[in-house]
Parts: sequence; C-alpha cells; structure tokens
Amino acid sequence: MFGELVTQLSSPTFFRHVVATVLALLIAIGIAIAIAVPSGLVLGSLPAVRHATRAVIEFLRPIPSVALIPLALVMLGFGPETKITLAVYAALWPILFNTIYALDELDPLQVETARTFGLGRVGILFRVALPNALPFVLTGIRLAATTALIVMVSVEIMASSQTGLGFFIMEARSGPGRMDQVLVGTVVAGVIGLLLNNGLEQVRRRWVAW
Amino acid sequence: MSNMLEVADLGHTYGDYEAIGGLTFDVRAGELVCVVGPSGCGKSTLLRTISGLIKPTRGDVRLNGSHLAVVFQDYQRSLFPWLTVQGNVEFPLRSLPRAERRKRAAEALEWVGLTAAARKRPWQLSGGMQQRVAIARALAFRPALLLMDEPFASVDAQTRFELEDLLLRVRREHDTTVLVVTHDIDESVYLGDRILVLSSSPARLVANLEVPLPAERDQVTTRTADGFVALRSKVARLLNVGKPSMDVEKWAAAERESLSETVSSS
Ligand SMILES: Nc1ncnc2c1ncn2[C@@H]1O[C@H](COP(=O)(O)OP(=O)(O)OP(=O)(O)O)[C@@H](O)[C@H]1O
Ligand SMILES: [Mg+2]
Repeated sequence: MFGELVTQLSSPTFFRHVVATVLALLIAIGIAIAIAVPSGLVLGSLPAVRHATRAVIEFLRPIPSVALIPLALVMLGFGPETKITLAVYAALWPILFNTIYALDELDPLQVETARTFGLGRVGILFRVALPNALPFVLTGIRLAATTALIVMVSVEIMASSQTGLGFFIMEARSGPGRMDQVLVGTVVAGVIGLLLNNGLEQVRRRWVAW
Repeated sequence: MSNMLEVADLGHTYGDYEAIGGLTFDVRAGELVCVVGPSGCGKSTLLRTISGLIKPTRGDVRLNGSHLAVVFQDYQRSLFPWLTVQGNVEFPLRSLPRAERRKRAAEALEWVGLTAAARKRPWQLSGGMQQRVAIARALAFRPALLLMDEPFASVDAQTRFELEDLLLRVRREHDTTVLVVTHDIDESVYLGDRILVLSSSPARLVANLEVPLPAERDQVTTRTADGFVALRSKVARLLNVGKPSMDVEKWAAAERESLSETVSSS
C-alpha cells in the first residue's frame, strides 16, 4: 500500500482528482464564509432580524446535508455545482452560529469605549465587533472545513461525477477492485482534512494569542 | 477662568430607582476635580451621563469643547487585545491622516513613558502599564475633558502612587481638564484641585471643597501635610453621614459652612 501511495502521488490522474476535490472544497468554504459571516453579523447585531428568521433557521439547521444529496442530484445534476452547493450548505452553519455567538459575547465595555471615542453603529461593527469575532469565526471555519470535506467526498462517491477523490475511491473499489488504491484515496482524504484543520488552527492561534 | 464642563440639575433614574438626584456643578478649564461618594451612590452613572453613554432623565450637561475621553477602571476589558499598544492609542484617531496619527500616538506614549512598548500587545504588559496605555489613548484624542472612573482602583498600592503622580504630571504639562471619580478619600485629596462629595444614593452634592494644597504634590510630604490631613478627615466625616433621607440640603449647607471656615483657616 505504501508503494501504491508513492505511485499514485506521482500519477497525474490521481493528482487531478485531488486537485478537483480540494479546489471545490476551497470554493465551497469561500462561498460559505461570504454568506455566513455577513449574515451572522446582521443576525447577531439586529435581534429583530434574528427573531424573524428564527423559525426558518431552526427548521433548516437539523437537516443533515448528506440526506440532501439525492435531492440535490435531481435538482442540480451531476456537475461540480452539486457538491459545491451541498458543501456550502454544510459549511454555513458552524460559521454562522459562531459569528452570532461572538457578537453575543462582545464585551459591552469595549463597545462603550468605542462609543466614547465617537464611533457609531457601523464603526463599532467593523472596528470592534468584527475583529473581536474573528477568533470565533475562524473556529467556525475550521469546523466547517471538516464537515464540508465529508459532504464533498460523499457526493463524489454517490454521484460518480467523473472527478474528485471520492470518485477515485469509488472507481478503485468497483472497477479493478484495488484495495490498496481505495486505501490510498481514503488516507489522502484524511490528510487533506488534517492539513485544513491544523492550518486553520494555526491561523487562529496567531490571531488569538491573548 | 472659563468653564469646561457645566452640569445643571442632572438627575438619572433607572426604572423607578433614582440613582442621581439633581447635581449642579462646574469644572473650570485646566482644573482637576475629584468626585467622591460612597459605594453604589451613582458615581459611574454620573460619569456615564456626562460622557453621553446614557441619556440623563433630567438636567443638562454642557461641554465647552468638541469631545471628551473616558478612562475606565477595567483597563483589561477596555483595551483592544487584537491591536498593539500603538494601535490602541491610534484607535480614536481614525479620521486623521496616517502620519499625523503616528505622531500623536508616539507623543502620547512618550508622555506616559511607554515608547518602548509601542509594538507590544496590551496583555503582555503589567496592569499599571495597561492603564497607562488607556491614559495615553485618551490623551492622544486631545479631549476637552478627561473623565476617569476609578482609574487606579485595580492596581496595587505602589503602582497606584506612580499612576497618580503620572496623572498629575501629564495634566500639568499638557493643561488637561480632568474629572476623576473615586471612592478613595485620600486619592481625591491628593489628586484634586477641588473635591465634590456626594451623598449615598440618590447622589446629591454634599460639599464642593477647594483643596488648599500647592499644585506640586508629593506622595510623602503632601500626604503628611496638615492641610491634607484636615481635609481628609472632613471628607471622611461628610461621607460617613450618608443618610440620604431628611433634609440633605439643609444639613449639607450647614456642613459646607463649617467646612469653609476650617479649610480656609488651615
Ligand atoms: N443599568 C442599570 N439599571 C438599573 N440600576 C442600575 C444600573 N446601573 C446602575 N444601577 C444602580 O444605580 C446605583 C448607582 O450605580 P453606579 O454604578 O452609578 O454607582 P457607583 O457609585 O459608581 O458605584 P461603585 O462605587 O460600586 O462604582 C446602584 O445602586 C446600581 O445598582
Ligand atoms: Mg462605579
């Protein structure tokens, strides 16, 4: 299996599969951040909006994203947009809830300090609430990355989308039945998860040294 | 001398709890005024209404200047941990050009003796140094009035003396008008040009005392001077009475009269 790992790592086909998964994953995380952080800031700073959207969120949140795979395949087809959409869905929640939580935890004295220096609501949001929330947001992103990877590989396995690590694993199993290739795919998926997790943890540590 | 701050019949009520019951006083330009009062009497509430953090239920606050700055007791929570010391001091100066911001921050840090710590994070500094950062940040903002809420209550005694002297030096060198809230009688006498003594809740003005001490103060000689000791006992006596009910006004007037005699004769 170790020999197979070396062989596969130097194979362009395998490399393409890995890149396809990682790229889709990064895109999904990026989109999730772009949606969840601003929404979290709005929901966290405007209680009225939070109340109004509560029912929708409470309904959507418990749906496991893996359970949405068949539905998404029917609605979005077998292209990469399906796995990206589902990974975005899975990644949204931890980022959103951590952002909201961070705003709830904002120290009123920090807000008052900013107010005495003449900052308004928007100034406080960007210069106090956001930097203060960043460590929490980063933790949310780290959790989101792991979940998104699971969903992404699951979709690749189920949707036989011709590219991606999940597809590689699936094909190795069903075609020639190469157990060593299945294992290599699985290990590489795990390594991607580990690298993402540790990388993001490093980033968070740098930021939150206090 | 012109007034920097004019407070007229200021009152504040939380729900139906009256925290401040009608305060009238002025702070002259360049003056350092201390507000003393028993714990929970409404000192912070007074400071928060003056700084505009809460809107008083009645009365009027007039500041003769564009803005003020506040130094809170809890420096740990009031400094921003994601900014360097310099970043914290520059925080209120956002509207200025970058070079000017740098200059002012460097200047303010020099005043409080923290030039070497500019690149550090606040949490890497001792408590006393953190409070100096908060003071530098307030000074860099060039406020017409510097408000301080028990600024030295969370540091040890030695550091406290140092910070008191630092405040006296800085405000003398830069002609800052300061209003300090404290519950420490000694500190109010040591720092103040004038002391406002408040009653227990709802806070009313019990006495408005000039401090008959030379502007130059020294932790050892000033604290043992006769004027210091006499005034300290006066304030202590005023605070111990603390019965907010019947005839505060009348009683306060009598106290003021007897005080003005003793203080001016000492
Ligand atoms: N937001 C609030 N809502 C209701 N009551 C309040 C509020 N803030 C303060 N109080 C009450 O008003 C009174 C005065 O409070 P304040 O904090 O101004 O007193 P203080 O003199 O600063 O006290 P301390 O010596 O403890 O600093 C207290 O009895 C307090 O319980
Ligand atoms: Mg207080």
